[in-house]
Amino acid sequence: MDWQFTHETFLSLISALPLTLSLAGASIALGAMLALALALARTSGILVLDWFARAYVFVFRGTPLLVQIFLIYYGLSQFPAVRHSIFWPVLREPYWCAVIALSLNTAAYASEIIRGGLLSVPHGQVEAARACGMSRLMVFRRIVLPLAIRQALPGYGNEMISMIKATSLASIITLMEVTGVAARIISETYRAIEVFVVAGFIYLAINFLLTRLVQLVEFKLSPHLRQPENAAQAVIAGDAR
Amino acid sequence: MTQPGFLDLLSFGPDGWSKALLAGAWMTILIALSGYTIGAVIGTFGAWAKISGGRAVRVAADAYTTILRGIPDLLVIYLLYFGGSAAITSIGRLFGADGFISFPGFLAGALAVGITSGAQHTEVFRGAFKAVHRGEIEAAIACGMSRSLRFRRVIAPLTLRHALPGLGNVWQVVLKESALVSITGVVELLRQSQIGAGSTGLPFDFYLIAGLIYLAISTVSSIALRQAERHFSRGVRRG
Repeated sequence: MDWQFTHETFLSLISALPLTLSLAGASIALGAMLALALALARTSGILVLDWFARAYVFVFRGTPLLVQIFLIYYGLSQFPAVRHSIFWPVLREPYWCAVIALSLNTAAYASEIIRGGLLSVPHGQVEAARACGMSRLMVFRRIVLPLAIRQALPGYGNEMISMIKATSLASIITLMEVTGVAARIISETYRAIEVFVVAGFIYLAINFLLTRLVQLVEFKLSPHLRQPENAAQAVIAGDAR
Repeated sequence: MTQPGFLDLLSFGPDGWSKALLAGAWMTILIALSGYTIGAVIGTFGAWAKISGGRAVRVAADAYTTILRGIPDLLVIYLLYFGGSAAITSIGRLFGADGFISFPGFLAGALAVGITSGAQHTEVFRGAFKAVHRGEIEAAIACGMSRSLRFRRVIAPLTLRHALPGLGNVWQVVLKESALVSITGVVELLRQSQIGAGSTGLPFDFYLIAGLIYLAISTVSSIALRQAERHFSRGVRRG
């Protein structure tokens, strides 16, 4: 392996890292809000909302992400109405098209994860909150949502990792994020293996850190599953004796 | 120039694109099937390595699944397509051929899809094997079945039954992943739509049609998979 070349490749790829992270961050944040709305629509019991959410999830999970990206980036510009609308400055930019497509896509997957979390909240908890005189909104904000998030977190962590991987597709619509730069270097030098190793290492590092972060949040959110600290110390002291 | 309407594009006539799009869809299915099969073979070995392999084999299998689930599929396709071309070109040079020889896109695509889905297959098979009751295997040993007979008559059918829902999910993922192979220039459904979009100036119509065809393929396969699940779970008591 040529260390000089590997080092240079690493430097060019790491300079593309902010774009990858910003694509992933923006679409995870937007997608999460949309996903929550979809999950609420699914569990609302209102037939129209329920069917809309079902259809949305069916369409976005049943088609490739790349088709969705192309439909938004290339497809929408076909209509003069879109080109002359106030949204054009946004829809003209490959960055925003990628963010929109990724958010719409992740929302479909994440809404099912959040729905699972919402359904897992025990009914007794809601009843208890009601008995305390909480309003519907407060029950949702203080009881249902925190419990649902805790339950959905492991699944959501996997979805976030898929999103990090999915940002690579933005390179196909000319965005120079990590995979885009990697593809450019490979096609210029034809040294696929070195570039692949470096780019793969960067993605693995991001996903490793992300997994750890999710584990940390999970740990913080579930103090009730851990032994109280002084009890744990007592056990240790007991063992020592 | 008047632009053709949406339904004109779908006609089978000389101006219609239906034939080309259906041929593209067929190619998509071929890529997905080849990739899926390669993945299933890798997955079988991967699961075997994780369950009963020695330390070194187990570590290798763990590294494989961790790496392939952590890096983008597109990167694997680039590696095989460009890396394969570079390898073939240097081999060609040994035999006196000069100039660039490109690696077949279909092969690179199917291999890339296979290698990435192999990691998922590995986990599906491993989980399914774990779900087989010890007692069933013990009973087979008690009946005096040999290792291979045990595998063929007891372990494999039971593992497959438990694996079926997971295998269905992997198939759906592979089907969508096959769209990425379009970057190698293989004329599958998405590439064909790009060609159509380019030559008619109607990208929205073409990508919409492509999306609908993908949706149709995945719907039909999910119905078929549900049937298969029902078929292979005959005799399983529920509830």
